[in-house]
Amino acid sequence: MAENEKKVVQKKEQQQEEKPKVDFNKFPEVRKIKEKFPEAIEEMDYFREELTLRIKKDYIVKVCELLRDDPELSYNYLEDICGVHYPKREKPLEVVYHIYSVSRRTRIRLKVSLAENEEVESVCSVWPSANWFEREAYDMVGIRFANHPDLRRILLPEDWEGHPLRKDYPLEGPPGYREKWLREHLPYYNKL
Amino acid sequence: MAVKEEQQFKELMAKGTSLGKVDEDIMRETIRTQDYWINMGPQHPSTHGVLRLILSLQGERIVDTEVVIGYLHRGTEKLAEARTYHQIIPLTDRLDYLASPAMNFGYVLAVEKLMEIEVPERAEYIRVMMAELARISSHLLWLATHALDIGAMTVFLYCFREREMVLDLFEMATGGRLITSYYRIGGVAHDLPDGFLDKVKEFCEIFPKRVQDYDDLLYANRIWLSRTVNVAKISAEKGLALGLSGPSIRGSGVNWDLRRANPYSVYDKLDFEVAVFDGCDVYARYLVRRKEMLESCKIVKQCAEYLEKTSGPVMAKVPKVLKPPVGEVYMATEAPKGELAYYIVSDGSQRPYRLKIRTPSFANLIALPEMVKGHLVADVIAAIGSIDIVLGEVDR
Repeated sequence: MAENEKKVVQKKEQQQEEKPKVDFNKFPEVRKIKEKFPEAIEEMDYFREELTLRIKKDYIVKVCELLRDDPELSYNYLEDICGVHYPKREKPLEVVYHIYSVSRRTRIRLKVSLAENEEVESVCSVWPSANWFEREAYDMVGIRFANHPDLRRILLPEDWEGHPLRKDYPLEGPPGYREKWLREHLPYYNKL
Repeated sequence: MAVKEEQQFKELMAKGTSLGKVDEDIMRETIRTQDYWINMGPQHPSTHGVLRLILSLQGERIVDTEVVIGYLHRGTEKLAEARTYHQIIPLTDRLDYLASPAMNFGYVLAVEKLMEIEVPERAEYIRVMMAELARISSHLLWLATHALDIGAMTVFLYCFREREMVLDLFEMATGGRLITSYYRIGGVAHDLPDGFLDKVKEFCEIFPKRVQDYDDLLYANRIWLSRTVNVAKISAEKGLALGLSGPSIRGSGVNWDLRRANPYSVYDKLDFEVAVFDGCDVYARYLVRRKEMLESCKIVKQCAEYLEKTSGPVMAKVPKVLKPPVGEVYMATEAPKGELAYYIVSDGSQRPYRLKIRTPSFANLIALPEMVKGHLVADVIAAIGSIDIVLGEVDR
């Protein structure tokens, strides 16, 4: 049984190595960004018919403005911003943007990698709806956005400690937190 | 504003009050206007859950609104990281508990896209049928409570009558009425029971006539019109910039329905129209949802006709232990409230490395302060109703 599983794993790994090469210049997004900001794109990926571009931190607002304002691209709808924590990487935090063009019916994913103490420029000036998504990314993963109009916690109470969607945050909450909370809020806790 | 008030004040002084002529200085000290704040929710019945609004008012006009959310936060995304792909399905039910099949649908489609699973066609039709029934049920509850908030009690009773029929159908097929957990990765849990399709067809016959009942009460009702027309207007451009999606943006004249724009499942084989109205106000959003219910009914009927003629498996061959390849997918579907999307990051293990749920209610709520600016407090109720939020989905 175990051997079979190993074989399956090996097969899968082989499949991944045989990933077909994609000509990224066929995407107008890539061409336009390369034309205007030659150094902005760090990495490109095409998986399950989804285009992913890793953008350098300093270029994110400029690239977003280009994507929104260029008539050929017209990415006018920000679908989502979320943070992901990769503790083993050199730059452990990642911001993922999903942007959609309502007129062209296409979607693009942008990524920005950040070190622990780095900030990324907010895209609220490009799409006002980024306000809440960025607040959520701050609340859940602890990504800080520069020039955000109102960077506060959104889902958790304001006095919450830590950022729950980090990988080092335990599922049950911080150790001793529950007991501490009960001790403070339950008058007869000690007598139980 | 201040100049106008000053003028009004002077007019009042010239006219005199019921007490006769009063000294102007005394009047100035006793009568003055100032901004004040009013707290609405989180236990207010017309906020549809635990939404809290802090309204900043000048007189009865709204200057600014602060939305406070998070009272129903259950950490679904964190819980999902500790569960296998199969075990996450019941968690998704609890997001929008008024249309749980639609919530399951988005999630299983995302995992299937990640793993490239081919689903049997019969299962696809069953899923679409259930999701559309959920849309009808969700819109019925929306119409019922929205009308109740604005003051039309009768509609509530009528809508619940038909919603009961849909919930009975869910109960018959899945055993659950609200939280169905019927969908599986690769298909559905089991085939439909005998006699189910007859009941569905019966429902499809009755339902359009019942929509006529709601129309008699609302469509050209003078009170309804005065409470909804030109209330909480938002232009298409502003709405998109502020993250509106689904029926809320189609009420502003944007022809964007993910079922048509990026067809998933078998929606490209089905015949239906996308409801678009360009009134930009609460009434236009009502018209969109009203038409959507009828279109969904058409889809349900087509699915039932297909399912009657065919038989076959309802589940693809999926391994018990799912180990998707390393990679990430973003799957967007048209849920009753708008664009529902799941972003899955897989590291090749049995559990997702990260599951981000982009819910329509959360994004739609961003536009609320802009919508109600300059309106009366009573119009806030109409505006909240018109974007159709469910707090389980907002707070996750």
